[in-house]
Amino acid sequence: MATRGRLRKLHQFHGGLRLAEHKAESTAAPLLPARVPSHLILPVQQHIGQPAEVLVRPGDRVLKGQPIARPQGYVSAPVHASSSGTVVEVGRRPVPHPSGLNDLCVVIETDGREQWRWREPPTEDYTDLDPAQLRERIREAGIVGLGGAGFPSFIKMNPGPRHRIDLLVLNGAECEPYISCDDMLMRDRPGEIVAGLQILRHAVQARECVIAVEDNKPEALAALEAAVREMNDPAVQVVAVPTRYPTGGEKQLIKVLTGREVPSQGLPSDIGVLCHNVGTAAAVQRAVTDSEPLVSRVVTVTGAGVAEPRNLEVLLGTPIADLVEQCGGYTPAAHRLLMGGPMMGFALPSDELPVVKTSNCILVASREEMPPPEPPMACIRCSECVQVCPANLLPQQLYWYAHAKDFDKIQDYHLFDCIECGCCAFVCPSHIPLVQYYRFAKTEIWTQERERRHADLARQRHEFRLERLEREKREREARLREKRKAVKETARDQGAKKAAVEAALERAKAKKAARSGEAREPAAAEPGDAARTDHDD
Amino acid sequence: MMTAILALGILAGLFGLLLGYSAIRFRVEGEPIVEQINAILPQTQCGQCGYAGCRPYAEAIAAGEAEINQCPPGGEANIQALADLLGRDPLPLNEEHGEHKGKQVAVIDESTCIGCTLCLQACPVDAILGAAKQMHTVIAVECTGCELCIEPCPVDCIDMVPVRETIGTWKWPFPEDRREDIAQLPTLRRAVG
Repeated sequence: MATRGRLRKLHQFHGGLRLAEHKAESTAAPLLPARVPSHLILPVQQHIGQPAEVLVRPGDRVLKGQPIARPQGYVSAPVHASSSGTVVEVGRRPVPHPSGLNDLCVVIETDGREQWRWREPPTEDYTDLDPAQLRERIREAGIVGLGGAGFPSFIKMNPGPRHRIDLLVLNGAECEPYISCDDMLMRDRPGEIVAGLQILRHAVQARECVIAVEDNKPEALAALEAAVREMNDPAVQVVAVPTRYPTGGEKQLIKVLTGREVPSQGLPSDIGVLCHNVGTAAAVQRAVTDSEPLVSRVVTVTGAGVAEPRNLEVLLGTPIADLVEQCGGYTPAAHRLLMGGPMMGFALPSDELPVVKTSNCILVASREEMPPPEPPMACIRCSECVQVCPANLLPQQLYWYAHAKDFDKIQDYHLFDCIECGCCAFVCPSHIPLVQYYRFAKTEIWTQERERRHADLARQRHEFRLERLEREKREREARLREKRKAVKETARDQGAKKAAVEAALERAKAKKAARSGEAREPAAAEPGDAARTDHDD
Repeated sequence: MMTAILALGILAGLFGLLLGYSAIRFRVEGEPIVEQINAILPQTQCGQCGYAGCRPYAEAIAAGEAEINQCPPGGEANIQALADLLGRDPLPLNEEHGEHKGKQVAVIDESTCIGCTLCLQACPVDAILGAAKQMHTVIAVECTGCELCIEPCPVDCIDMVPVRETIGTWKWPFPEDRREDIAQLPTLRRAVG
């Protein structure tokens, strides 16, 4: 029997916060499918890695689930049409991203018929497929981490021959306030999640599996436990973890479950652990069993700015305005629009932006929920941030060096282990937007590295060119020398020949003269004789 | 007295030998200063500094023949890095050599190109592809934006285009000069109708 009853010793990660949950607002209403919008806007990059390459043109008719962009390179994911209709535009449009920049999108005018492309018949038994085939299925289905990071899932499932996966963790912690999409999915479709877990487990040959859920979600825990009980697999365990932000962080959750720490800048597979979001597991089940690519996800629409906060199963590419409308529209209190939660989300400039694979929450916050930031003051080195940092870093030192733009020193303080959870900025009595400084430093370092690589390439090419020019010059000179030598030699040869000819002529002349003198007497008698002798010479 | 002097003398001699030996045995080969300067320079090979490329300029700086503020593509950041490396005071960029521009790449208008190969010969990093009487094109990822191909082109078909910022190359702004990013209400209302 696999239940919460079997005790698992839990540990505690450093720092973290107890935050007001604000989850009840959106969990009261049941999970419903959202309407098919009139237009779907599908960015070609909804994942970490290379953007996908567009396969369709305006005017093309597409069916639901048909790939409209294929992955370029290994770290990439395809994009599928999330409903049937006609492609009306392939062009650059605003996408939900903190930069507010435009990116390539495919716009589909839907026909409302939800007509699927041909699908393979359901796979009865996933164990017929070997891990490589499973990974390929998951790759083709365009599945990326649905918890928010958007890293292509099939890559995580291939930890390499050096790593053995002992523990497979399904992350259902969902620690950020307001967000409840995983909670609703776990309550509503625990069977899908557990089936997805079994597929993932088969793919990585994990010894032990844990579904971790924060203890503020008793309904989800009960539903999962029932599903696991039905499956009757002693290697799968549902674990209630204490509610504390950010337990849902991969490394923090692993620490809670195993007591072990993922090494600095390392991956969970370094310590034999693999972590997937519960939503990802459900998507894997659909992809493998029903050959259904990732075309929809559960999204929480919440905040005091929406009339009826709830969770919706949304087709990817649906404009946010459509979702807000289905939740009763905006209330007069609507003040800020965010994608993601209040701690890690980012502000959106407009609600015409679409829902993408990584959009877990649309938060329409009121002024009271998200008051304008207070003016920052100087750091007083109170070390409150050090107390709460779940990555065991020294936020005030990171701030110090980010502020001074000392990008070497900041890396000595492990900037890249920062998960940007926002705990430090939350407790900062000087209201310093600390995470903004870290994000600034991270992107600045990446840019410098990119420029350095570009410069190295330019240097190599320049040096190679100089070498080539030098070599060509040498070769030209060598050729010229050869030629000159050849000319000289022929000249010498010709001189020698000339001399030989002249010498012969001389000799002939001398002979002739001698003979003519000798044959004064018989000359007249035998004139042809002299000529013959001459010829013989 | 004598013993003290003798003892100290022997000690000094011993330490001298030890230090001399370690100086040879544990010698650390420092990277030549020219290499270090060259590593900072942006490698555009544009020649705006007055030298034939980044390395000759690096050699000139190392020899004390050139100032550290003659590289417009590198800009202030480069001058600062050179000043740190050489222990000098940073100077403002010397305007005589040009101004600091954003990153740009050359783009050939392929319908105008006559295939003369002059730009191919001018490109310091072999980033232009083409042959005589064949259309030329710039390999954008390898172009350093040095502008050396502009001048030799007889039909003036090469343009410098600023590199567009993408989601992949976007940087978070420095918080202190960050503009207001709050989503304004009017956009929300309009969408609802």
